[in-house]
Amino acid sequence: MNKTADYVIIGGGVIGCSIAYNLAKKGAKNIVLIEKKYLTSGATGRCGAGVRMQFGTETNCLLAKNSIEMFENLEEELGYQDSIEFKQGGYLLLAYTEKMVEQFHKNLGVQHKLGIPSRWVTPEESKEIVPHLNTQGLLGATFCGKDGHCNPFKTTDAYAKAAERLGVEIMTYTEVKQLLAQDGRITGVETDKGVIETPVVVLCAGSYSRDLAATIDIDLPITPERHQILVTEPVEMMQGPMVMSFYHGLYCQQVPHGSFVMGLGDPNEPKEYNFNGSWQFLHEMAAKATFLLPPLANLRVVRQWAGLYDLTPDRQQILGSVPGFEGVHLAAGFSGHGFMIAPMTGKLMAEHILGEETSLPISMFDFSRFARGELFVEPSVV
Amino acid sequence: MCQEKDKNLTILCRCEDITLDEIREYINQGVTDLEQLKRLLRVGMGPCQGRTCTPLLINEIARATGRPVKDIPLTVFRQPTTAVKLGVLAGGINHE
Repeated sequence: MNKTADYVIIGGGVIGCSIAYNLAKKGAKNIVLIEKKYLTSGATGRCGAGVRMQFGTETNCLLAKNSIEMFENLEEELGYQDSIEFKQGGYLLLAYTEKMVEQFHKNLGVQHKLGIPSRWVTPEESKEIVPHLNTQGLLGATFCGKDGHCNPFKTTDAYAKAAERLGVEIMTYTEVKQLLAQDGRITGVETDKGVIETPVVVLCAGSYSRDLAATIDIDLPITPERHQILVTEPVEMMQGPMVMSFYHGLYCQQVPHGSFVMGLGDPNEPKEYNFNGSWQFLHEMAAKATFLLPPLANLRVVRQWAGLYDLTPDRQQILGSVPGFEGVHLAAGFSGHGFMIAPMTGKLMAEHILGEETSLPISMFDFSRFARGELFVEPSVV
Repeated sequence: MCQEKDKNLTILCRCEDITLDEIREYINQGVTDLEQLKRLLRVGMGPCQGRTCTPLLINEIARATGRPVKDIPLTVFRQPTTAVKLGVLAGGINHE
C-alpha cells in the first residue's frame, strides 16, 4: 500500500483526533490519521479523566477554560449519538503548606482575571463540599465548580467519528516506522503497511513522538514517565468534585459511572517505557486515599493500570513547528495534562497548520524555547 | 442499560449490565476489536474483570468476523486478580 496525503497525523489519541477533526472542519482535505494500535491505546486511554480550569499561568488557564467550554457543547458540535460523560462536579485542590497557600492565592488572582469561577475555601467549607474529607493538617483549598470529569474513550471516539464523517481516513493498527525528509522538508512517512507521501506531518504520538522525530534528526526533549491509576467498584454518588493534593501527589474522583478513579505520582519513577502496574503503587495509593478520604477504605479495587506522561523539561506541551524544518508540526509533551486541553489544542493546531492566526497565542509552547532556555513554568501540575 | 421492554434481555456482561443486543449493535457498526468494545461499552470492566464475559465476547466477534476464536486478541489482564478493599491494601488496623 503506497499512497499520498495532504496531511498525515501520527497518533490516535484525543489530541490527534481533535486536530484531525478541526483540520477537516476548516476544509482541509486528504487527511490521514495513523495509530499504531487502537484509538486511545496510549496516554489518552490511560489518563485520570479529570478536566480543570484551575491552572497557575494565564496561558494554561485560557487553554483549559476554552476547552471546558467546548466540552460543554461537544456532543452537539461533533454530532455524537452517545455521551462523553461530562460532569462538572468541580475540583478541590488542597493546600497543606504556607507556600502552597500563597501559590494558590496567586493562582486565584490569575484565574479571576480570566473569569474562572474558582474560590478559596476554608477547611470547614472544604468539608461541606466533600463531607468525608479528612481535614487534618489542611490549611485550606481552592474550588472551581466548573471543573470535573469527561470520558477519554468517548471523547476521542466522538472526535474520530466526526472527523471520519468529514472525510478523514483513520488507519488503526498501522505503525509509523520513520519519517521521511529531504533537504529540510517532510516528504512522507514509512509505515509497516507501506509509504504515505505527504508534505505535512503532525506529530502527536505522546512519548513516542521523540523516537519518531529522531528518525529525521530532530531531538525532542520528551521523556516517558510511568504514572499509575486504580479504579474501584461503583457505588452511589457520594463525592462531587475531584479531590487533588499536590502535597500527597494524588488525585481522586468519583466518575459518573459510580466508581472512584485515583492516581498517584511517584517522584522517583525511572524515566522509561513501562506499562506494568506495581504492588507498591496499590499499597501507597490505598494508604494515602484512605487517610484523606476515610470511607473509601470499604471500597474494593477492581483494576489498576499504568500509562506514560510524555514529560518535557518544563512539564509543558510543545505546540507548533520545528524551526528550519518544513512540514513538521508538533503537539506532544503534554506531561500529564493533555486530555483536558484537547478541544482547544486541536483548534489552535489546525489554525497553526493552515497558516492562520491562532485564536490564542501558542508561541510560548514552541519547540525552540528549550534551546533559548525560556522554560515555561506551570506551578499547578501533579 | 436495558430499559426498553422489547429488547433482547440476554445479559452478556453481568457486572456492567450489558446485553447481547447492545454488543451486537456495536459489532454490526464495525467495532470488532475487543479493546474498543471494552472502552466504549465497559464490557469486562466490572468486578469480575471479564472473566465471565470475555469468552462469550470472543465468540460473538469470531462469529461476526468469520475469524477463528484463537485469532481474536484478548485484552490485557490487570491486577488485582480479585477485588480487594482499599482498607485492606492500606493495611490499616483502623479499617476492619
